[in-house]
Amino acid sequence: MTTAQIIFLVVAAVTLVSAFMVVTTRNLIHAALWLVATLFGVAVTYALLNANFLAVVQVVVYIGAIAILFIFAVMLTRKEMRDQGPQLNSAWWISALLAVLTFGGLVGMLWGWKGMDTLASEMPVGFDSVSALGDALISPNAFVLPFEVASVLLLAALVGAVYVAFNPRSGDSRK
Amino acid sequence: MDWTIWVEWLIKSLFVVFALLTGFAYLTLYERRALAKIQVRIGPNRAGWQGLLQPVADAVKLIFKEELTPAKADKLVFFWAPIITMVPSIVIAAVIPFGPTTTLFGRTIVFSVANINVGVLFLMAVASIAVYGIVLAGWSSNNKYAMLGGLRSSAQMISYELSLGLGFVTAILLGNSMNLHDIVDAQRNVWFAVVQPVGALIFMIVTLAEVNRAPFDMPEAEQELTAGYHSEYSGMKFALFFMAEYQKMIAISMIAATLFFGGYREFWFLKDTFLSVDAIWNIGPWQFQAWFLGPIYMLLKVVVLLFFMIWIRATWPRIRYDRLMSFGWKVLLPLSLAVVFISAVGVLVAQQFDNNWYLAIIPIFSSVAGLVAVGFVDQALRRKSYASH
Amino acid sequence: MLIEYIAIAVLLVLSTAVALIAVGLGTIFGPQKKSEAKSMPYESGMSPYGEGTRRMPVRFYLIAVLFILFDIEVVFFLPWAVVFRQLTWFGLAEMVIFITILLVGYFYAWKKGALEWE
Repeated sequence: MTTAQIIFLVVAAVTLVSAFMVVTTRNLIHAALWLVATLFGVAVTYALLNANFLAVVQVVVYIGAIAILFIFAVMLTRKEMRDQGPQLNSAWWISALLAVLTFGGLVGMLWGWKGMDTLASEMPVGFDSVSALGDALISPNAFVLPFEVASVLLLAALVGAVYVAFNPRSGDSRK
Repeated sequence: MDWTIWVEWLIKSLFVVFALLTGFAYLTLYERRALAKIQVRIGPNRAGWQGLLQPVADAVKLIFKEELTPAKADKLVFFWAPIITMVPSIVIAAVIPFGPTTTLFGRTIVFSVANINVGVLFLMAVASIAVYGIVLAGWSSNNKYAMLGGLRSSAQMISYELSLGLGFVTAILLGNSMNLHDIVDAQRNVWFAVVQPVGALIFMIVTLAEVNRAPFDMPEAEQELTAGYHSEYSGMKFALFFMAEYQKMIAISMIAATLFFGGYREFWFLKDTFLSVDAIWNIGPWQFQAWFLGPIYMLLKVVVLLFFMIWIRATWPRIRYDRLMSFGWKVLLPLSLAVVFISAVGVLVAQQFDNNWYLAIIPIFSSVAGLVAVGFVDQALRRKSYASH
Repeated sequence: MLIEYIAIAVLLVLSTAVALIAVGLGTIFGPQKKSEAKSMPYESGMSPYGEGTRRMPVRFYLIAVLFILFDIEVVFFLPWAVVFRQLTWFGLAEMVIFITILLVGYFYAWKKGALEWE
């Protein structure tokens, strides 16, 4: 095994264990922290795939912003940081079945795929993935339209957040 | 991958850790002495010559202090919060270049722990992780003041992080790369602080807020929050928060120096002399590049920037929290956006006419934008309804 | 490229070790005399009342949401900043459109008073 493979296996195991802890741990802040560990594992996986930009953006956006929002949300809504209710609802076996089937389907599809046992070709020396990404995002014959539409999406989220979270009459939610 | 590369990494990492730890120790002394001078006091001068052993005495004292964990605290998070705060303050220095790339002992040495092509983004990522330690310390202490301090602090940090990010974008625009080595090399002829003075100024204001320094030290406001997020911490765990704050000050000064003040490069008037970092020195039979001047220039710039931080602390009162947040969202964010676009336009105009003198558009127009912002703040402060809150 | 990240990992391990050693020194050499009064929350000498952790104002949550949106905007800026010299005015125009759309939301939030802090 190469070093990269060993690192990948370790990181993948850590990511999966943390993901499992997210859903099983009862303390909500701890669950949020396990989520951070999971997201970090994903970032390392991106780095292993030579996707530098994506790896660091994963940390900036998911760990640095979205997970912080989760922690704020837990602090906002819960007085008791412990989840007391049952962790499984009556339909748990349906979701378990679906998860197993999806996993089985993925394995089945990937089994016959040639790409599974060929190594990815080396990046050309001096290949700058960030410039390539910038080109792809903005140059007129690539992804300009999705790029501009992304800002509309952000706008919708912004307006929605302000409308839902902020009620000028009550001012602060001191109640 | 042979073993020498591990040795190289270890030496570089040890250098960074050692530099930041000693820097932290002596920055505390420097700050206390400088504050004392400004306030016409003497400051600590008893331990050793001119108080030079004071940091050692402080460390020993803190080691022998009792560490308390409040009964209702979340023990695990309470233990890790100071460590999560302290570690990013060192790791952020991983991509900062200390000297020009050179050849030593037959191998090419890059003077930074890691030379990654997304260096600037790495800085952003580590800066955004730094919020965790504070919010977790505040929450895990099970103390009202700590929680409020942690929340305020994290809200402040994330608000100012946007302008920090746009400051990075400005430097990337001017340097045409996300690699910090390239950004420093692009400042060979002129510092970015000259091309984009308003951008550099915004960056320095924002860094003050990011490291929770006066006048933005709201989260620690002693009078109202006892000590903010680290109220419940004592002994070495408190020392770690202290360490983190001062190491962040040093790291962020290094970043500001790298992005806007030429990094390890010589001062402009030393260009092409033997004191330039590119100069080749001939001493007797040896011929070598003067790379070792890089860390020295860096140190000089960092010390000057740190002095400004201390000076500001000695001079300005704390800003009220509502004004702090309004300033971040309503003044700095639009202004830094304007600065980004003015820089882009200036660079494009200069490229169009193939004449770098057109870059003068950038300082002129961004100064106008800065003055508009100052006028706006002045207007807002004069408004009576605002003052009566 | 991966190799550079290993260097960062070395620094990460080293700095964590420093932090753990610092805490460890305090635990070894510091006194450990627990008492009930010491383990109470510190409220400037008064006896604490009410819960230690309380629900926080919704405003912090709103700030976090706004932060995510503008953080993503900053992230979109970065690849553009690297290549905008090749794309010249066309790239700039696109970025202006992108940001104008977002600024509509920004001014909406401003007018709604979401950026006001009382």
